[in-house]
Amino acid sequence: MSADGRNGSEKAVVFEGVSLRFDEQVVLEDLSFELEHGATKVLLGVAGSGKTTILKLTLGLLRPDSGRIFVLGQEVTAMRERELFELRRRIGMVFQESALFDSQSVEANVAFRLREEKVPEEEIQRRVHEALRFVEMEKTVNLFPAELSGGMRRRVAIARAIISQPEVLLYDSPTAGLDPVTSTTIVELLVKQRDYYKTSALLVTHRLQDAFTMATHSFNQQQNKMVPVPPDTNWDPRTSFLVLKDGHRMFEGSASEIANSGDEYIREYLAP
Amino acid sequence: MAFSLTEYAKGNVLAVQEYSILSWRAFANLFSQPLYLGDILQQMDTIGVGSLPIVALTGFFTGAVLALQSANSLARFGALAFTGQLVSMSMVRELGPVLTSLMVAGRNASGMASELGSMQVTEQIDAMRALGTDPTRKLVTPRLSATMFMLFFLTILSDLVGLAGGSVIALLLLRLDLNEYWTSAWQTLRYADVFMGLVKPVLFGFIISTVGCYYGLSAKGGTQGVGRATTQAVVAASVLILAVDLIVTRLLMVLLGPL
Repeated sequence: MSADGRNGSEKAVVFEGVSLRFDEQVVLEDLSFELEHGATKVLLGVAGSGKTTILKLTLGLLRPDSGRIFVLGQEVTAMRERELFELRRRIGMVFQESALFDSQSVEANVAFRLREEKVPEEEIQRRVHEALRFVEMEKTVNLFPAELSGGMRRRVAIARAIISQPEVLLYDSPTAGLDPVTSTTIVELLVKQRDYYKTSALLVTHRLQDAFTMATHSFNQQQNKMVPVPPDTNWDPRTSFLVLKDGHRMFEGSASEIANSGDEYIREYLAP
Repeated sequence: MAFSLTEYAKGNVLAVQEYSILSWRAFANLFSQPLYLGDILQQMDTIGVGSLPIVALTGFFTGAVLALQSANSLARFGALAFTGQLVSMSMVRELGPVLTSLMVAGRNASGMASELGSMQVTEQIDAMRALGTDPTRKLVTPRLSATMFMLFFLTILSDLVGLAGGSVIALLLLRLDLNEYWTSAWQTLRYADVFMGLVKPVLFGFIISTVGCYYGLSAKGGTQGVGRATTQAVVAASVLILAVDLIVTRLLMVLLGPL
């Protein structure tokens, strides 16, 4: 618990003055932000601005030089690796290159966490099929990652991340390197996860259109697809933006605020 | 960037520290749950059963050439009948454990380094940590226990096949009596010799698995980094085996008395 008596329990993720350097290079400098429960924060910035590092710090895969990080009320920066394994079971992460276990089948990849938790095999099979149905990849259950396309691997990675219904999801450029159609499919899955399961999420992306699609669409369960929010309503208030530059926070605010920002760097960044 | 002796020394000290921590954790994990028995058995199959052909062939040819070389010297003193004794002592105390370990190091330390190295550079190790699983417990501990356990039995097999190789030479080229060969080979061995020959593979198994896993988990820089880690693992494991062999041999000689 911090000196002011706050332990971040009311937020899904809290960064307090986090700094990190690799040798002489500044990766993050005095970064602070908060992620509300059920909200999505889109992390934007040019390559090397520290976006992926934020996700790894949130999971405790990296340690900051200074500052504190709270996830689901627990101070990640004060926990030992052994204690972190428990917390990580409440968080899901989709890696940029999917990071599927290439010597294991899709079924074994998706079921990995449940098998580690000694869940009965019958329930594992039910939940694996449920997760694969969610990402529309049921037919690939017996295939190996090498047999899948890039987009299919991302979808399996999403299924692996959501199978235990985590409270926080971390997406590292889930649409990077994919064609527009596949990217839209992936973004639709993220919107579905946000609106259906109300999961808190940090989304790293280079693709502005994906970020704005997140903010301007909601998932319609009847039609089983995402639809644009009506023109007379505000953009999704649970989706906010954080723009990084050289490890510093350049902007933090809603979709409409970033779209109307007068800051020269932001305008240049948003320019097509 | 200019070469700095201090930075070089710091880097090496850090590597030793990281290797020691990894080795300790992997060993300590053997005494707590979960133990991943399935992974241990799978590694035993890969390391133990998979190494059978090369260990048997190495043992056979080593025993055979040992008989051939020693017979040459022994004949000068009219002591050709002692060939069995010499092959037996050399194989059981020294060549069996060391050559078996070097073969297993070449085959499995490289395999471990390349497998874990590939997982490291493709973020699969991070993914495992992100899924709440300890990679040391899931990947390193099964390899450690399987190598230590299987190398013990592979060495026994290598000793036996080496003696058989020597017996083939003794019979076909040296025209020695086979019964005399095996009797002298058997009778010359004492418990201290067998003890020395069977302590070593357990220690060497520890070295092979921890060095292979350490270099794999430290791999950086894509496929080139994996290749570098694989080479370094085999070189480091082989040199460490020979260095530790010298120390352990001397130590056991002191502890068990003159052999």
